[in-house]
Amino acid sequence: MSRQVFAYILHKEGTPDDTALELITAAKKIDPDASVIAVVTGSGDNLNTVCNEMTASYSEVWKVDHADLAYPNAELVRKALVGILPKDAVVLVPHEHFGLDLSPGLSVKLDAPYLPDVVDFEGVEGDTLKVIRQEFSGMVSTHVQADISGGVVITPRPGSFQPDESKSAGGQATDKSGEIGDLASTRRYLEIVEAEVGEVDITKSDVLVSVGRGIEDQDNLEIIEELAEAMGADISCSRPIVDAKWLEKSRQVGTSGQTVKPKVYMALGISGSFQHMGGIKGSPFIVAVNKNPKAPIFQVADVGVVADILEFVPELTEGIAEEK
Amino acid sequence: MEILVCVKRVPDTSENEIEVNSKGTDIDRDDLVYSVNEWDNYAVEEAIQIRDKVGGTVTVITVGDEEAEEVLRREMAMGADKGILLSDEAFEGTDGRGIAAILKAEIEKGNYDLILTGAQADDGAGQVGGMLAAMLDVPYASLVNYLEVIDDKKIKAGREIAGGNQEMNEIELPCVLSIQTGINEPRYVGIRGIRKVASLDIPVRTAGDLGLDASAVAPKVNRVDYFVPEPGEGAEMLEGSTEEIIEKLVEILKAKGGIK
Ligand SMILES: Cc1cc2nc3c(=O)[nH]c(=O)nc-3n(C[C@H](O)[C@H](O)[C@H](O)COP(=O)(O)OP(=O)(O)OC[C@H]3O[C@@H](n4cnc5c(N)ncnc54)[C@H](O)[C@@H]3O)c2cc1C
Ligand SMILES: Nc1ncnc2c1ncn2[C@@H]1O[C@H](COP(=O)(O)O)[C@@H](O)[C@H]1O
Repeated sequence: MSRQVFAYILHKEGTPDDTALELITAAKKIDPDASVIAVVTGSGDNLNTVCNEMTASYSEVWKVDHADLAYPNAELVRKALVGILPKDAVVLVPHEHFGLDLSPGLSVKLDAPYLPDVVDFEGVEGDTLKVIRQEFSGMVSTHVQADISGGVVITPRPGSFQPDESKSAGGQATDKSGEIGDLASTRRYLEIVEAEVGEVDITKSDVLVSVGRGIEDQDNLEIIEELAEAMGADISCSRPIVDAKWLEKSRQVGTSGQTVKPKVYMALGISGSFQHMGGIKGSPFIVAVNKNPKAPIFQVADVGVVADILEFVPELTEGIAEEK
Repeated sequence: MEILVCVKRVPDTSENEIEVNSKGTDIDRDDLVYSVNEWDNYAVEEAIQIRDKVGGTVTVITVGDEEAEEVLRREMAMGADKGILLSDEAFEGTDGRGIAAILKAEIEKGNYDLILTGAQADDGAGQVGGMLAAMLDVPYASLVNYLEVIDDKKIKAGREIAGGNQEMNEIELPCVLSIQTGINEPRYVGIRGIRKVASLDIPVRTAGDLGLDASAVAPKVNRVDYFVPEPGEGAEMLEGSTEEIIEKLVEILKAKGGIK
């Protein structure tokens, strides 16, 4: 029998997440002959809509309908999954805020190894699966392996696998709701508190001057403001700048911040972590200035300058002013 | 409230260029500057603030070698009351699951209401907290960026989710939470603070003390090697004098619509 790979489908208001089709590609990289099964939990009409859509891409869709799963509380989803999955299941969950909530505990409950934040697969030999991960904010990579004969939980990194757009599976949904067992938990979901709207909406900006931890001190932000003014750009930033409360949260670009689609993105003193880059869409022209020639940002930027931003930025501002 | 915070000593990525050693078996660890994992400082700060509000004790714990003691002392200088070092040759080379199993063995000897970890550490796994909670059979919530103690049996925790939104949960104690940066502003620790705690006793527990045999900490996941991936096309690097670079860059920016 071919290996079964289960892909947990993230969805919101009846729309599957981008990762839903990426997991198919990831599963096929583990084992080209695998039968890949979408697992969709939720409730009511939204759930049905997602399941229907998934049958186009997955030959088998497992549907779990329960009123308590209308919001994906990871503690409850974990119990449901432990209820329905076979003992040797290969389980894929995207490595984002929900995957981080669910997967480590799921691997313990399934008594399976856990391979977090996987960026690529080298395939299976015998029962050994070899994958590629990154460490130290992407500065080095590693090969990591595990015996998956007793199953495995893997969280592929969002955006690292091409979505499988073929949509020719002609699959079927199977209702597994009866098999999930008791979902009681002492963690109770209350509500979503929406992000505050800031003074500028960086999601609408054409040109962004984005500043990261390399700016070193709040007072130095002045040189960024001057550059942004000279360029006619808006200012955005990476997370550490918001954590330090130097700029408001609504200016943070990334998976836990805003998703921006500018034409030009200047990354100043930003290392290029995947959570930051995950917030940049629409392939803008990226200029990176960083003092470390090995900074991962140079792998994704179009143009790079190795320089100290504290010295380089004021000179650039001057250069632009002279041009005008 | 009895609070336990798990902390890890890691190479400081802002102080070091991380490189692979010549054999590809590890990163080059000569002359590395180590510090407390960034996320763990936020967890310790949160624990201290809760203790100062509702009373109780904050214990910091780590699994590591002798040198890991220095991060415990640093967190005690921040204000943690106690430190515990879990150290044994048998723990070397274990995986996240093993670390969680070691922590669990010590935790079961105590009576903790709230256990905090960082959201992730140097290898970006974000696994120890969730595994620990599942092993202890207590609830878990990750990426917590808001924490409020309701009473001695319940807390309210906000999780950071996509787009800057926050997911609110009510969770019964005991529980495990992983703490996200930005939840507070960790206090500064000076040399004087560290000196003050220099003579405090930090107990060390070995595998034997914890009743752990080799199979309990045997890794299920093994790192084969470290490598630097073949660089892709990458950025076009601008070179020359600063003046030349700026001239080129201004031209490029103008062409791409970056200067209005
Ligand atoms: C669940 C989760 C969600 C996250 N969400 C986000 C998110 O939405 N957005 C986000 O940005 N991050 C997010 N992060 C954090 C992310 O992992 C990184 O920690 C963060 O992006 C790093 O920001 P940085 O590049 O500014 O800092 P660092 O990684 O510290 O990089 C600073 C860079 O500046 C360079 N530098 C230093 N000094 C100078 C100088 N004088 N001149 C030039 N260069 C200099 C350094 O070489 C380095 O490359 C998230 C993390 C987690 C776990
Ligand atoms: N060796 C360790 N000792 C104590 N706590 C640890 C250790 N490794 C990881 N942790 C905790 O688990 C969190 C997440 O780390 P990780 O799962 O390794 O990404 C860290 O922020 C620590 O709180």
